[in-house]
Amino acid sequence: MTDPTDNSRTSRRRFLAGAAGLAAGGVSLGSARADNAKNLPPEVADWSRKLGAGVGAHPYGLPSPYEKDVIRRTVPWLTATPESSVTFTPLHQLDGIITPNGLCFERHHGGVAEIDPADYRLMLHGLVERPLVFTLDDLKRLPRVNRIHFLECAANSGMEWRGAQLNGCQFTHGMLHCVQYTGVPLRLLLERAGVKPNAKWLMVEGGDAAGMNRSIPIAKALDDCLVAYRMNGEMLRPEQGYPVRLVVPGWEGNIWVKWLRRIKVGDEPWYTREETSKYTDLLANGKARKFNFVMDAKSVITSPSPQAPLAAKGLTVISGLAWSGRGKVARVDVSLDGGRNWHAARIDGPVFDKACVRFYFEFDWNGGELLMQSRAMDDTGYVQPSKADLRKIRGLNAVYRNNGIQTWLLRADGEVENVEVD
Amino acid sequence: MSKWTRLALACALVLAPAAPLLAQSAKEPPRHDGIGRPATAAEIAGWDIDVRPDGQGAPPGRGSVKEGEQVYMAKCASCHGEFGEGVGRWPALAQGKGTLATPTPAKTVGSYFPYLSSVFDYTRRAMPFGDAQSLSNDELYAVVAYMLNLNDIVDDKFVLSAETWRQVKMPNRDGFYDDDRETAEKAFWNENPCMRDCRGPVHITSRARSIGVTPDDAK
Repeated sequence: MTDPTDNSRTSRRRFLAGAAGLAAGGVSLGSARADNAKNLPPEVADWSRKLGAGVGAHPYGLPSPYEKDVIRRTVPWLTATPESSVTFTPLHQLDGIITPNGLCFERHHGGVAEIDPADYRLMLHGLVERPLVFTLDDLKRLPRVNRIHFLECAANSGMEWRGAQLNGCQFTHGMLHCVQYTGVPLRLLLERAGVKPNAKWLMVEGGDAAGMNRSIPIAKALDDCLVAYRMNGEMLRPEQGYPVRLVVPGWEGNIWVKWLRRIKVGDEPWYTREETSKYTDLLANGKARKFNFVMDAKSVITSPSPQAPLAAKGLTVISGLAWSGRGKVARVDVSLDGGRNWHAARIDGPVFDKACVRFYFEFDWNGGELLMQSRAMDDTGYVQPSKADLRKIRGLNAVYRNNGIQTWLLRADGEVENVEVD
Repeated sequence: MSKWTRLALACALVLAPAAPLLAQSAKEPPRHDGIGRPATAAEIAGWDIDVRPDGQGAPPGRGSVKEGEQVYMAKCASCHGEFGEGVGRWPALAQGKGTLATPTPAKTVGSYFPYLSSVFDYTRRAMPFGDAQSLSNDELYAVVAYMLNLNDIVDDKFVLSAETWRQVKMPNRDGFYDDDRETAEKAFWNENPCMRDCRGPVHITSRARSIGVTPDDAK
């Protein structure tokens, strides 16, 4: 292939020249949706003449029918059954930092529990002075907070651990979403129950048919965990734990127990199946890391990407997401030559603690092959590593917590491929 | 209140341990604002199904390997295989001994689970798949005993109960250690990452397209 570094030199003059070329419409690579001359100037389209649907046509609004491809997708061969499986967020079709509720990826272990909110109960017991039961109305009466956080499954990018495998950002990075939660600080519930001095860990448990349960150190529970009942303003979606889920900012998604039914306070961890047999990182020597809760800094270019190819040369906007479980994203760099040279990307929109940020990098694409990468850095100074550097430490069997730098090969025809580089 | 008493109180407050909110609330009387009510013993007993490595939470009951074989064949083998080998994408429960440090590690009850409770607690809450929490305590003890036997951890005559719990030693109980990324991966913290001429020529080492396992409808 051609030396990609030659393509990355972007001067202001070339940038402007490219933009002018695109405006003249002379550099399209084709494959754009066919238009209909009767709707284009100088003609006047039907939608400008006839009345449209009235209010209330959709009491709960839906996306335009032209957006029917913006959906969660699954990889059927991954799992034995859809009740214990995963769908992926279509990251390549989204922008900004907030994931729409209906597009947030799903990961269930025993299907979606359908819970009548009138019959919802949260039990809090164990090493407490006063074991308590809360109704949903109880939780809604307590002081609440709003927090925007990312949730990433520890297995996100896991299929890529040994090399490029799935040709789409949705599949390589789509076990990720970022929404605003409304909920009660878990600390307030624990204070009501009166935690005994020897309490060190909590066990949190879901009300689904998997009874998903995990252990959480009490310091984290008292720090920033929420017992949440709303996402992006509305009540949680059933597949996200309706009516109540745990929010554990910055930590692996599995511990954000959905359909939360019970919290037990104890003096040691439980070593449940989900924190031993699963979600532990098996290293080359056969030993495994446990309780590696934090999701390290990571980023990905969401567009262009294999499911979002380029249609034209000239001015090109690279758009991507970055996040860190250790704090705020401080900076994102973009490379067009497989990591030889890096350029500071532009972060646009709000930057919250343990939340996704949106970054952009604009350049003039001359049609040559590029190896596009992004690299996130957080406010602890952690820099997203290469996949090779991760594997040097963790070996070939770790699978979980793959935050290595993603490489997309942009080809001359505008198509994009998931590749891995040395 | 004398000056000295006030001073002593002030000192006590200043010297209070690091988690004053907790320590304080533990001594406060229960709140009577109607938000959250006391959980009854019967309610707790109905939901309190977790079991810890030391056996805390293990229910009354008992089950033998032999009894467990019958439960297993009727309720588990269709997914997990007659010998725990796993059918299709369903998880294997047995074998895998000595594979954890090889390129094809098999994480099974025998090769990977560190504690008896890790498999017992899970089976109790989530299995059989689609009919969770349907096993009697005796069936539960029996089927877990059978899984242990499939993995050569207990002999054919073993009977599992809260009393024999501590006799079970899982082979991989020392196979885990706490997250050490902040030391083992310290090199990933770098205030000044390289921006120019950071590496030599770049070579593609793998391509997803050549594997061909991406769903066809991916837009």
